Amino acid sequence: MSKSNTILYLDGVSVSFDGFRAINNLSLVLDKGEMRAIIGPNGAGKTTMMDIVTGKTRPDEGEVFFDGQVDLTKHDEAEIAMMGIGRKFQKPTVFESHSIEENLMLALKGPRSIFPALFHRRSAAEARRIDDILGIIRLGDKRNELAANLSHGQKQWLEIGMLLAQDPKLLLVDEPVAGMTDAETEETARLLKDIARDHSVVVVEHDMHFVRELGVKVTCLHEGSVLSEGSLDFVSADERVVEVYLGR
Amino acid sequence: MITGRFFAAGADRRIAITILILLAAAIIVPLLNLAVSPASAFYIPSYIVALTGKYLCYALLALALDLVWGYCGILSLGHGAFFALGGYAMGMYLMRQIGSRGVYGNPILPDFMVFLNYKELPWFWYGFDHFWVAAIMVLAVPGLLAFVFGWFAFRSRVTGVYLSIITQAMTYALLLAFFRNDMGFGGNNGLTDFKDILGFNVQADATRSALFAASAITLALAVFITWAIVGSKYGKLLMAVRDAESRTRFLGWRAENVKLFAFTVSAVMAGIAGALYVPQVGIINPGEFEPSNSIEVVVWAAVGGRGTIVGPIIGALLVNAGKSWFTGALPEFWLFALGGLFVAVTLFLPKGIIGMWDSWRGNARAQRAASLAEEAGTDPDVPPPKVVRSAATKPGDWSASGPEPQPAE
Ligand SMILES: Nc1ncnc2c1ncn2[C@@H]1O[C@H](COP(=O)(O)OP(=O)(O)OP(=O)(O)O)[C@@H](O)[C@H]1O
Ligand SMILES: [Mg+2]
Repeated sequence: MSKSNTILYLDGVSVSFDGFRAINNLSLVLDKGEMRAIIGPNGAGKTTMMDIVTGKTRPDEGEVFFDGQVDLTKHDEAEIAMMGIGRKFQKPTVFESHSIEENLMLALKGPRSIFPALFHRRSAAEARRIDDILGIIRLGDKRNELAANLSHGQKQWLEIGMLLAQDPKLLLVDEPVAGMTDAETEETARLLKDIARDHSVVVVEHDMHFVRELGVKVTCLHEGSVLSEGSLDFVSADERVVEVYLGR
Repeated sequence: MITGRFFAAGADRRIAITILILLAAAIIVPLLNLAVSPASAFYIPSYIVALTGKYLCYALLALALDLVWGYCGILSLGHGAFFALGGYAMGMYLMRQIGSRGVYGNPILPDFMVFLNYKELPWFWYGFDHFWVAAIMVLAVPGLLAFVFGWFAFRSRVTGVYLSIITQAMTYALLLAFFRNDMGFGGNNGLTDFKDILGFNVQADATRSALFAASAITLALAVFITWAIVGSKYGKLLMAVRDAESRTRFLGWRAENVKLFAFTVSAVMAGIAGALYVPQVGIINPGEFEPSNSIEVVVWAAVGGRGTIVGPIIGALLVNAGKSWFTGALPEFWLFALGGLFVAVTLFLPKGIIGMWDSWRGNARAQRAASLAEEAGTDPDVPPPKVVRSAATKPGDWSASGPEPQPAE
């Protein structure tokens, strides 16, 4: 398989935890600019796959390439983030003791060393970018509130906003609509489709309405490898998928 | 009353008031000691000057710990080691100032070296007859140790209780090393019998007052620097690493470097505290490396309120004043009292004195606002102020969900 023109390329990836194979000979390819939805039952290895891509977990074997040429297994989290891979955690993780604006400020693309941060003053361009993002994630009126005071869904949005601030090429979004109302879920689907216009995106989600809303190619993982891949209708008609979801 | 205003003030005003009080003390206390007749009611006896000067050094040490513990969640149980190393560097300078006035009258070798049959000065004592060399070492030795220690510890992602344990091990190892006579630091007797500092008699009242003033001014400066660090973007990052370390990593920050910088700055502050401490107490010995000393510092910071800058200073002053009283009145109970205090603070005042004050003020203010709104009549357009947030949940405080970093998925 050719790696050129792929943003993410996983081939034959396996990882075990204490003998348990969480990822088992997983191969997955994402084209540049593509948005992909990943579904699969609990424990299928969806989050672990993101851990591998973002450098948190080293695969035991297999190839992981970003942008066609960068071997991600040779880099750590911070380097991978700087290359342009942003990640939203399954459990929304924001800096609770900081305001929304400060959360975005810390995520904003820019130098990542200590001394510039010590003497940093917010530039007009940065302020504009923060305003833009606050508009996109609809938290403009809460900019000075503590992130701890946000609702679960708002925290999810803030985290997505932080990804945007980071300005990555590829976004990995783990369960973005968990804990959201139907209206918020719809809003999030619109937001992600918007983002997907100029980014590559991988979305992990259990909510099938949401996945349908996204209207993109779907990959179903099970026991650490790809069970089925294609349109949502194709995947949900696949007998093996039905069996996995309904249990036997 | 000034203390009432001080406590009530917002965070930044509180810092300004603290700095002003310290600077005022640096002028007024020496004046009341030196220029007022001992018969006067305003006279401050010399022993009080020395005692409070010592407390100010402890306060600086507590502030140093607060920078890493309160703002970055690194519970160092080894800050006493940095304090002691700074103290030893100053002690070496003071030893060499004795010159030929020692018991053995050797112009180069300190008494303990003559006694132990040293033939010449060990190489690491070279240059300590110059104050500036000693001053650089006061900063460099603790700073370098913290840098090397932190480099390995943070890079290998040692956190939480494991990090606390290895910091204890570090200070314990230094304790054992400094006890040895062949280390060249005076063994278990340490360094003492100092005569002069910068040409002034260390015992003289004027020198003691000057050391007090130096301690107060240094503490004021440290408060300002800590406030500036904590308020910068780097400071926000420091707290971000405390609250969600993995989030910072996936944003591209190197959490280990963030910690390393704070840890090194903090160790340098602790070293300065030790250097100011030694001429005021007249001795430095390996006992300063005692692991329990480092734990006491944690108690000071916890009592006053970690992550508040002013809290650990108040904690250090109060606990040490209590200790001085206790060790006079009921010496055998001091350790029990200290342990009990720590348990009580952890259980009942998780945010320390300052945190308790803030939340009490916050509630009082919210209630006052609520009752004012009620008095104003039931205006349907004006919703009553919500009593949702206590003042303690300001930016930078420990997050409401608890101090431990949450594992992220
Ligand atoms: N660090 C780890 N140590 C041990 N086991 C792990 C570790 N990380 C993941 N696992 C295991 O690997 C399996 C896959 O977990 P993963 O979190 O990737 O599932 P998931 O598809 O994200 O599930 P969910 O939908 O519940 O989020 C699980 O059985 C989990 O217990
Ligand atoms: Mg998961």
